[in-house]
Amino acid sequence: MASVCFYFQVHQPYRLRRYSVFDTTDAYFDDEKNAEICRKVAGKCYLPANQRILELIKRHEGRFCVAYSLTGVVLDQLEAFSPEVIESFQRLAETGCAEFLAETYYHSLSFLYSREEFVAQVEMQQEKIGRLFGKQSTTFRNTELIYNNDVAQAAHEMGYRAVLAEGADHILGYRSPNFVYCPPKLPIKVLLKNFRLSDDIAFRFSNRSWPEWPLKADKFAGWVNQVNGNGYTVNLFMDYETLGEHQWEDTGIFDFLDHLPGEILKHADNDFKMPSNVAASYEPVGEFDTEHLISWADTERDLSAWLGNEMQSNALQEVYNLESAVKAKGDEALLSDWRRLQTSDHFYYMCTKYFADGDVHKYFNPYESPYDSYINFMNVLDNVAVRAKGTAAASRGA
Amino acid sequence: MLGWEFPPFISGGLGTACYGLTRALDQLGHEVVFVLPQPVDNRSATHVQLKSPNDCRTSPAYQIHGLQHVEFHGIPSNLQPYISPGDFVQQAPAAETAVPNDPQSAGGMTGHYGGDLFTEVRRYAKIAAQMAIDEKFDVVHAHDWMTYPAGIAVSAISGKPLVVHVHSTEFDRSGELVNQRIYDIERMGIQNAEKVIAVSYFTRNIVLKRYAASAAKVEVVYNAIDRNGEHDALPPPIERDEKIVLFLGRITMQKGPEYFLAAARKVLEYEKNVRFIMAGSGDLIRRSIEMAAQMGIGRKVLFTGFLRGDDVARVYKMADLYVMPSVSEPFGIAPLEALSHDVPVLISKQSGVSEILTHVLKVDFWDIDEMANKIIAVLRHPPLRATLREHGQFEVRRLTWQGAARNCVEVYQKAIAALN
Repeated sequence: MASVCFYFQVHQPYRLRRYSVFDTTDAYFDDEKNAEICRKVAGKCYLPANQRILELIKRHEGRFCVAYSLTGVVLDQLEAFSPEVIESFQRLAETGCAEFLAETYYHSLSFLYSREEFVAQVEMQQEKIGRLFGKQSTTFRNTELIYNNDVAQAAHEMGYRAVLAEGADHILGYRSPNFVYCPPKLPIKVLLKNFRLSDDIAFRFSNRSWPEWPLKADKFAGWVNQVNGNGYTVNLFMDYETLGEHQWEDTGIFDFLDHLPGEILKHADNDFKMPSNVAASYEPVGEFDTEHLISWADTERDLSAWLGNEMQSNALQEVYNLESAVKAKGDEALLSDWRRLQTSDHFYYMCTKYFADGDVHKYFNPYESPYDSYINFMNVLDNVAVRAKGTAAASRGA
Repeated sequence: MLGWEFPPFISGGLGTACYGLTRALDQLGHEVVFVLPQPVDNRSATHVQLKSPNDCRTSPAYQIHGLQHVEFHGIPSNLQPYISPGDFVQQAPAAETAVPNDPQSAGGMTGHYGGDLFTEVRRYAKIAAQMAIDEKFDVVHAHDWMTYPAGIAVSAISGKPLVVHVHSTEFDRSGELVNQRIYDIERMGIQNAEKVIAVSYFTRNIVLKRYAASAAKVEVVYNAIDRNGEHDALPPPIERDEKIVLFLGRITMQKGPEYFLAAARKVLEYEKNVRFIMAGSGDLIRRSIEMAAQMGIGRKVLFTGFLRGDDVARVYKMADLYVMPSVSEPFGIAPLEALSHDVPVLISKQSGVSEILTHVLKVDFWDIDEMANKIIAVLRHPPLRATLREHGQFEVRRLTWQGAARNCVEVYQKAIAALN
């Protein structure tokens, strides 16, 4: 028996506008650009992909299913700029074949800095999911699949039955990601991303120098079939924007998606499952034990994309240093602005790793350099600090 | 190699580049005959024996310690890397007293060259060509316009290919107010060369657009820097609260001193504990001092004049940020020096060096607000300084003169092939 478990990450940050040290307004976000990007991605990915998936669910009479993790900030932006996308997600929810996972509303790194803020943001996101799609999930995923035993502990305390993580080789060793594991001494299940098969779709699909190019659904189904007998589930976790945005329509990505369920289901032992079904169906085969934090980012699978240099750790620290002042102020607009600044993307833009080589980090970066992004962010944060504390700006070193 | 000044008398990037390149060619085992103008009234030139101008046609070669494959030939001349036709006229009386009026000394020309830079450039070319008759070499490499006529003459008399190295153009130095005669000489050099080396794509574009060079002929070789741990031996600077923002370079239109001052004024409205240092000399120094005074920031801006040797290392050691606001900078070696001295760097996007540096701050030279915004950020946020320093140092270490010299050798080979 091999189950295929799709989970797609859906997220867009509130990008900041150019904010110099001379600016004094509280208009921090680039509404025009955020609207433009939202509409563009809706047109290239969210709407056509949702439509295909809805058709696939109908065509396979419920035997095909998927999961999404929608951040609060992408939902807010879609409601404002592209409400038809919300409606199309609602149609998917009505089929009962789409699960909407729990995560932090602001796609934040709050787990690392403030447990109070972390819990508040997960509750906010679940409240929003419940309101829009009628059903909350029993599976939790942390921002960028950031995970260690403590994340599992926190998810368990919040009542979740499963948590998602990267199937990192250096933790698994010889073991396979295609089983269900549990953290040490906790009754919660860990589902691990099969990063090889996931990245075949997310990163290598259109790479013409990849020996497997062009990747067709039957070939991919063959790889899944090989798991049969030595694994329960193939967890394919990726950004939703893979479909149509990272891999453009002309790469054939939608045709691939269109044929994949049929090819997978040709094998009588295969099926599709959503994360909560996987967790409910299989017992853990062993412990997935990591004190060190892992993530799904870069080849390092660690936190260095957000916490790899002094600027990043300084900016993050300064954001959370303002928590009590912001919350004491009782100003909803201020609280919302401060929370939007917690979105992990802001810190990803400050990453200096590989910057000189111009890679995936650059592709996603609206700034010319990580230094520009830090300067811009700190200028905004300074203004938030002034609003929160009345006078003093964010603490400055000598 | 028709080059320029050697240490310890280096007045700018052109001399630094000639020295760095020649030393690296030497280290790679290439033989270099290095011809340079030898200032006739330079009283401090103790490291070389100056020959009387009467001997110039047979000027004996000399060597400099540490350079095994380089033979130097000084041609008595008051040519200087950054001199303008106007300046040269002003200096003429000094030159005339130093050079005896002997028709023989000027290679058959009259010795009255003092009044006109262009006459001197031609005289220099003639002497260089005569000197070349007795030398063996495979390629002629000329650096910037004053040596192009010499390069053309040497190439013609020897039949060896000419490579001209464009470190700057008349458009960089003078904006749109170009001196037509200089432009003509530059164009003649570029047209007559088998190969042209531009110090950046920024400069290559100018060479293609303004000098009508064919694209296939123009190659880019970036300048570099050699780390010499000498500055580490300096005592640590005095502890202080005040932050220092440094401008170091010639104070000329090309280098954008007025943009630096305008940004300084803006910064000082927000940050009190900061001082701006302008190190260097140039024709805009008086105007810059006056401008600072008029802005009411005279007390906060310090002019040091031209710095040399340890003083350069000292001022870098004091600086919290180095700013190069150049209006049109073909390359810009100074930011590399700043980085190798652990100083974070802010450069204008209108510079060749911005093509190869990623771990620096960049602005458009005219964008005073953004320049001030970035200066303030560097002053306020130690993590920004630390990250820029850490990565900048690493980046600058990859830019070596040996790498540049290897690229030049490749260009030489292409030039030789082009001629055959």
